[in-house]
Order: sequence, then structure tokens, then C-alpha cells
Amino acid sequence: MESYETHEHDVLVIGAGGAGLRAAIEAASQGVSVGVVCKSLLGKAHTVMAEGGVAAAMANVDKSDNWQTHFKDTMAGGKMLNNWRMAQIHAQQAPDRIHELEQWGALFDRTPTGDILQRAFGGHTCKRLCHVGDRTGLELIRTLQDRVVQIGMPVYMECTATHLFKDGGRIAGVLAYWRETGKFVLYKAKAIILATGGTGKAFVITSNSWEYTGDGFGMAYQAGAQLMDMEFVQFHPTGMVWPPGVRGILVTEAVRGEGGQLKNSKGERFMERYDPKRMELSTRDQVARAIYTEVKEGRGSPHGGVFLSVTHLNAEAVKKKLPSMYHQLKDFADVDITKEPMEVGPTTHYIMGGIRVEAETTASTVPGLYAAGETAAGMHGANRLGGNSLSDLLVFGRLSGHHAAQFAKQNSGAVKINEDEVRRAAQEVLAPFDRTSGPTPYELHEKLQEFMQAKVGIMRIESDIKEALVEIQDLKKKLTTVRVSGSRMFNPGWHLAYDLKNLLTSAEAIARAALMRQESRGAHTRLDHPKTDPEWGKVNHVISKDGDAMKVAQSPLPQMPDELKKLFEETK
Amino acid sequence: MSEMVIRVSHGTTEKMEEKTYKVPVGPGMVVLDAIHYIQSHFAPDLAVRWNCKAAKCGSCSAEVNGKPKLMCKSRMDAYDQNEELVVHPIKTFPRIKDLVTDVSWNYRVNKTITPFTPPKGNFGKMYQADMDRVQEFRKCIECFLCQSVCHVLRNHEKHEEFAGPRFFVRIASLEMHPLDEASRIKFLKEEGGLGYCNITKCCSEVCPEDIHITDNAIIPLKERVVDEYYDPVQKIFRIFSGK
Repeated sequence: MESYETHEHDVLVIGAGGAGLRAAIEAASQGVSVGVVCKSLLGKAHTVMAEGGVAAAMANVDKSDNWQTHFKDTMAGGKMLNNWRMAQIHAQQAPDRIHELEQWGALFDRTPTGDILQRAFGGHTCKRLCHVGDRTGLELIRTLQDRVVQIGMPVYMECTATHLFKDGGRIAGVLAYWRETGKFVLYKAKAIILATGGTGKAFVITSNSWEYTGDGFGMAYQAGAQLMDMEFVQFHPTGMVWPPGVRGILVTEAVRGEGGQLKNSKGERFMERYDPKRMELSTRDQVARAIYTEVKEGRGSPHGGVFLSVTHLNAEAVKKKLPSMYHQLKDFADVDITKEPMEVGPTTHYIMGGIRVEAETTASTVPGLYAAGETAAGMHGANRLGGNSLSDLLVFGRLSGHHAAQFAKQNSGAVKINEDEVRRAAQEVLAPFDRTSGPTPYELHEKLQEFMQAKVGIMRIESDIKEALVEIQDLKKKLTTVRVSGSRMFNPGWHLAYDLKNLLTSAEAIARAALMRQESRGAHTRLDHPKTDPEWGKVNHVISKDGDAMKVAQSPLPQMPDELKKLFEETK
Repeated sequence: MSEMVIRVSHGTTEKMEEKTYKVPVGPGMVVLDAIHYIQSHFAPDLAVRWNCKAAKCGSCSAEVNGKPKLMCKSRMDAYDQNEELVVHPIKTFPRIKDLVTDVSWNYRVNKTITPFTPPKGNFGKMYQADMDRVQEFRKCIECFLCQSVCHVLRNHEKHEEFAGPRFFVRIASLEMHPLDEASRIKFLKEEGGLGYCNITKCCSEVCPEDIHITDNAIIPLKERVVDEYYDPVQKIFRIFSGK
């Protein structure tokens, strides 16, 4: 094959969002050599779009808050399907991770007494979200990015990872291509951390960017790692619905956190019928289902959503607390949110499932391969609470960096990568250039997004999911005939052609797990099995590669120790 | 649905050409939607950077009818439907391909800035009033439109001697940070070339985050440079103190 450059690191981090950068910082602090590979420019990863805040029981506003309450809220929000140990570690460590960000220069909004201000959010029983107006993610990523630059480590930007390689059983490296030139680059590494985010681009209405193609899921699956809980896809209740070009773009939950009200076309605050106690601050799965139901039963807004209004709040306060929302709606939809309601509806936002990891170490089932952030499963169970993702990134990003570095130190011998495997992988990536006929990647992607949205979306039923699985098999066949044109230089069509492989693996895992779970729980709603069944609450779905087929197995949920179980009894 | 004619610059620095496409225009459509339409229907290899499509990441900078803009924020209905719309890459940086430019110079400049330097140990409290002005600077999404429009870079190509508005904003966010203890004034005067800026405010005009780059970042920094280097009282003090 053509010559390619090679780099070698003790720890290689794939993905430069919050989890990846936090992991890189931690690994570097252990004195090992660290490199970061990312698909976009540094600072553009999805974390930048997070708006509402980062959850941590700091008790600055609600003095009664503590890690136990945060833990309970997280488990209850996840319908008890969470890995209890991850939820516990997360709740205990989140406050330290926020303080650490301040030491690196982050500036969160303050209380009048000079502490970090915290706001209310869905499913959190205390005011718990540290924030910077409605641009918290930008503050997070910029702070971490500055820290990475300060420490000084190679960041391989606009470089897409395609295949993981192993040496014997353990991880050995990854093949990638430079988006600019289309040339290959091989990274050898003793440990690899996948922080590649989710797979929102499998759906047509989504708040996710082009990068969200399930690369980590696809690569880990091919390398023999297990995926878990893939049926749980979060549909954020409030995406924009109009105009068509911005359909799916997020309207932050902070709008409701600051007092925004949801109304149907009759002017009713319909959450009274679905969750009278928590109203608009119910969990995302419930609010999304409520909006879906209102629209379906004919009480929707003109463009197929419902109304979200902050017009009863002080206009200046709205502009101060929700500045990006004010501009976003004004610029894109001609709506002045201080005077008129917004039209909103559910949008694909996040996946609770992902790579199965050990709670304490974030290690996958492949030695040397770690996963953190949205790429990892377990922390959020069947439904994630808003604000728990940014804290997840920090807590588990740090742990993955720590443990990957430890692994690299303990397994310091050189890793070997089989040349033939590299050659075959490169051939696979380049194959679409050889074809002169066949579908374009854009056609296949559009098809996938449409049927995933229609058949494995917010409301699911056995017959639909089965149809989707047939379509997935069909697309997998067509993907072997996909053609691309142009050169290898910065060619988005070609990039998408390979991304589709990971998207299809993710979509199949979602559909297979959704078909198997014959109940409704959290974000997974089965019209043919509308009840939550305690028996199903005892198992996770574990997905792995079995020859050429995808295997879904049930695995019993780890048992929570008695002292934590007691926390739930006390509130009953 | 109406149609609009859109002319897009293709190619590399060595070989570039404009190609013309007819694109259907729907309600609320933005220029980035038109580029995506062209990708999926006519030119699958058309290179463009984008991520969030919501003016939060600063990836899709381009020059629309000659003006530096975020394509995701530029509505088609803001332009005359009977005129051709022209989309070029941002001018100040070398083109890689089509609408994608090499902005790596910015990342190199960033590395030369003294990082955040807090006092040792635990911090006390911080108050909102002390943070407001810094939070304005921290809104920057690094779209580099200010860098692209600044004549010191755009016309005079002083890349080696001038950090550009983006990094004056970054330095202002550090210099005015309530906890920062370092000084970047020497850098501003020397490597940063702050003196080249003659406050035409072009950068402030194109900023999609409405940061008052000139008034709130550059002018106060210029004042600090003047205080440090040109204050006559300070100068006499320095002569006698030997500093």
C-alpha cells in the first residue's frame, strides 16, 4: 500500500469534546505521552453546543443538596437501570471537577454572595446546575482546550479514525485519515480512550452535528468490545420545529429551568395531565412523550410542535439568562421570545447506551480500550437528566485518563500492528473511489435517517422495528456498492461513505435492543408494551459481534449495596 | 418554492473556479443549507466546514457576497432573490479546498500567549460584577471572522507581527480575569503588535457574538500598554529605580 505516517503514544484519545480533553489532561498528568485525535478543529466538538449547565451537588443555592440526593435523582431519572456505581461516583466527584475548572480559568455565573450560581432543571430535586448563561458547554470546552494547550500535547485535528487494531488480545493502535489530504496515518498506542460522542446523525430530526456518526461504537464493536443499553436514545423535548432549515436545533432546557411554560394550541399547560407535580421540570422522556401526544391528538402548534413561552418573565432577565436562545430564535425563526412563544418539538439529542465499561476504570472488555462521556454506557440508565452529561464528561473523562495511563505504564512493552490488517483497512476506506456506478452516500444516509426516525423513534412498535431491521440489512448491502467522486482531498462525500458504516452498526444495535426490550422504560417507549415491567428492570442488553452477525444478550443489572438501597426507602 | 442562483468558489489556491447552481429556497433557509443541498445533489465532494448549525461553534465562516459571515446564520431571504449569491472562503487564510481554509496560524498564535495564571492555593469568592466584562470575551466562538476582516491581516498580511482581534479578546479575558496574576502587556506591544490596530472597528462589526472587540478589549489593552511603556511618571520612576 501507499506509504503512511506513523505516530506513537502511550495513551491516544480519540475525540476532543469534554470527555476526550479531560481524559487527555489527566493522562498527561501521569507523565505518559498523550495524543488527541479529532474529526473537527479543536474547540468545535459537540460539547460546545451544551447550553443549560453542569450538574453538581454543591449546595450553593439549595443548602439541603448533597451527593446522595444527586445520586437518587440520577437513578430515578434513569428508571433505575443505571449502573449504580457510576451514578454514585458521578454524584460524589462532580463538585470537585467544577472547582478544578475554576482553577483552570472557567468563570461560572455567581450568586450574590460570590459562589457558583445553580439553576433548576428537569428531574433534579434541587437547584443544581452550574452555568454560564446558556453557553455552559462553550465555557467548558474552552477551559479544557486552554489547559490542553498549556500542558502541550499533539492534537491531530481534522483526522478521522477508522479501524482499531489489536496485538494479541490487547489494543495496539488505530488507523485514521487526514481529512485535508485523504492520506492515512497510523497511531500506535498502549491504551486508547474512545470519546467520540453518540450517533444522533442516524435520525433525521436531530440536534447533533455531522460528526455524530457513532464512530466509537462502530470501531469498538468491530474490535470485539461490547455495547450496552443501545435502545435508550434520548429525544430532547424542545427542539425548534420551524422553519424547516433549523428543525431539530436545540432550545435549551434552561428555558424551562428559568420558568418557561409549555402550552398546547388551546392554551392549556398540558404537563398538568402528565406530571402535575413537576410540570415543565419533569424528566426529558416524559416531557417528550407529552409533547408527542399533544401533537398527535390535534392540540399542536401550526408547525407540528407545542408552544414554549417565557413571555410572562421579565424581558431583560430573559435576555441576560438566555442570551443565545434570544438570538437563536430571533435570527432563525423571527421570534422575539420576550414577546411571543417558541414552537418546539422532540429532537434526537443523546444516546444513553454505548460501550460497556467498568464503573471504576471506564475500561471496556478489550484490554487497553477505554470509553468515556456519551460513548460509554451505564451512567444514565434509561434516561439522562439534563446537566448530567457535562458532569459525566468531567468525572469519567478524568477516570479514563487516569486508568488508561496506568494501563500504559503497566503494559509498557512495544505493541505490534499487523501490516496486512492495516492494508485491508485502508483498502476498505478507499473502495468507494473504485466504483463508477452505485448509490451516493448522501442517498443512503437520507434513507437511513428517515426510517430510523419513523420506525425506531420516540414511539416504537414491533412491526416497525422489524421493518427497520430489514432496511438496515438492505442498506448494509448497498453500502458495499456506494460510489464517491472527486479526489481524496477534503471530500465530504467520501467521509460520509465511511461514516455510514458506523452509523449502520449503531442503528442496528439500537433497533435490535429496542426490539428485544418488550416494555416501556425511560426513553424507550413501546406502543405494544406500554407498561414498565419490573422484570425487564433487572437486565441490560449487551451487544457484541458474533462472526458476521450482531448478537444481543441479556445481562443481569449489578446489585446496589444495601446502604444505597436504603436511600430510596427513606423517601418512600 | 422559489429558486435562487448561487455561485460557489471551488478548487485550491493553485486552481480555482466558480460554479453556478440553482437551489430551491424554502422558508427560513440559510446559506449553509444551500451549500448542503449542492453537496447532496450536484457536488458531493464540495468541501465545507460546519458543526452545530446554530451559530455556537464558529466553523462555517465564509464570505457571502464579499462579507465575512457564518453561513449557518445567513438567511437566504436577506438577499435579493433575483441576484446571484456568491460564496467564497474567508480571504485572510490560505485555501485548502473549496470553502475550507487553513486556519492553523490561529492555533499557533494562541500557543504563544501566557496561559491563565492563578494564585496558589484555594481561591476565595468571586463576584458577578468582577466577571461580567470577562464573560463577554469568553463568548468568543473562534469563527475567526474578525481575523479575516482585519485589514492588518487581510490587506497587509502582518501575520508574523500581529496576533489579530481574536487573540486580543483572549488576552483581554486573561488580563481582566479576577484571578489571573500574569502580565501579557510586553507580548501585546512586541510579538502581538497591538499598535498596528488603528481601531477601525471592522472586527466588532462582523462578530457574530456581538463582542465589542474594539471598545471593550482592544482599547483598554492599548491603554494598559501606554501606561506601562509611555507614562512619563513611570518612566522617571524606572530610571531611578533601575527597573
